[in-house]
Amino acid sequence: MGWYNKRLAKSLWVFHISGSPCNNCDIEILDLITPKYDVERLGIKLVGSIRHADVLLITGVFNKKVAPKIRKIYEQAPKPIFVVAIGSCPSSGICFKDSYNIVQSREDVIPINMYIPGCPPKPEAMIEGVAKLMEILNG
Amino acid sequence: MKLEYLFYIFIFPGILFTTVLGLIIGWVDRKVSARFQFRVGPPFLQNFNDFFKLLGKETTLIKNSIHSLFIATPFIAFGVLSLLTTMIGVTLFYHVGFGGDIFVIMYLMMIYSVMIILGGASTGNVYSSIGAGREIKLLIADELAFIFVILVPIIKSGYQLNLENIINFQATNGAFIGSASGILAFLLGIICIQAKMTLQPFDIPEAETEIVEGPLMEYSGPPLAFWKLNHFMMYVIFPFFLISIFLGGFTLSGLGILWFILKYLGIIVVMIIIKNTNPRIRIDTALKFFWKYASPVGLLAIILAILGV
Repeated sequence: MGWYNKRLAKSLWVFHISGSPCNNCDIEILDLITPKYDVERLGIKLVGSIRHADVLLITGVFNKKVAPKIRKIYEQAPKPIFVVAIGSCPSSGICFKDSYNIVQSREDVIPINMYIPGCPPKPEAMIEGVAKLMEILNG
Repeated sequence: MKLEYLFYIFIFPGILFTTVLGLIIGWVDRKVSARFQFRVGPPFLQNFNDFFKLLGKETTLIKNSIHSLFIATPFIAFGVLSLLTTMIGVTLFYHVGFGGDIFVIMYLMMIYSVMIILGGASTGNVYSSIGAGREIKLLIADELAFIFVILVPIIKSGYQLNLENIINFQATNGAFIGSASGILAFLLGIICIQAKMTLQPFDIPEAETEIVEGPLMEYSGPPLAFWKLNHFMMYVIFPFFLISIFLGGFTLSGLGILWFILKYLGIIVVMIIIKNTNPRIRIDTALKFFWKYASPVGLLAIILAILGV
């Protein structure tokens, strides 16, 4: 599997879900494919269909309406799939953590492999997170 | 069945050569496109990594789809393209052909589009169905112009229906690109290729930002890998076909190999430039463009060819 994991590390295709965010993180994610950061040099591509994806980027506190849909998208994805939570919302729920309409334990909705905190995280932080994922895959 | 036929199909002009060259040219495409947008672009082996990665992914089947068609179409399309590249490559490099093979090539090129339509329509997904429908319309749009393009070298070579004879005719009388009708048909041919490969101004069926890669949307794992591979194989097939009918083919003597590589890269560069400088057009605009403007130009090229210009 080592050989395959190295191939996987070099071509991570990314699908992006908004789990009721404030949209700041989503804008920062799109910064990654602009000329300044250009993650295509690492083999990362933003794909539009979940069936093509290797990585799920997920932003926001999951509210109760969105949570089942996130679960459904996760189940539709071809495995192996890695879930990377972008922003402080998925990791702590920041100022929304006591709201009545959010899911209190987001790890129960989908298994999250990696958190990249920040409100929103800088694109450099996201690239570092992806690099750590690649390091794990490369062994 | 002789052993060299197997060599033709599996190694040299066939599967191995075409896939490796296609994946490399696919990298050239991505890299040049990235440079157009002032990005760095992917590393050299990116498309190989993508292909091997997709081979190891899970294949998800949709409950409401026609499973047999869904799985079979990418592999049938791969077989069709392998046959196509073997036929064109054998004629180009070994000068082996049979009468009427140019029509077989035209039909095989059409079968590839039919496979995309079947594969997209079998999933039952709305976006895939829209993509398949657009592929049908695009096929109707570009097919007439493409037939006109192919008729020009046939007429100019004295009504030869054999790809090998067309190449030999050009070897003695000069390439067809040197004449007025030839250059008209060649330019039209590049536009038709753009439509047949669904590259940028005509990427209507696979519009990635609009209908999420259309027919390929529900594919994952090895079938998707083969769809991607098929797309890259076409980067080899169509330029080789244009070279053999307009640019005088391939000669082993002297600077022949260098000339061949230059011709090939020239066509690829023109395709990439067209791809990167044009936005996607609507399907009705594409139909109007091909039927109203491109086909009359093709007809004009045919008339010029009959007049001997």
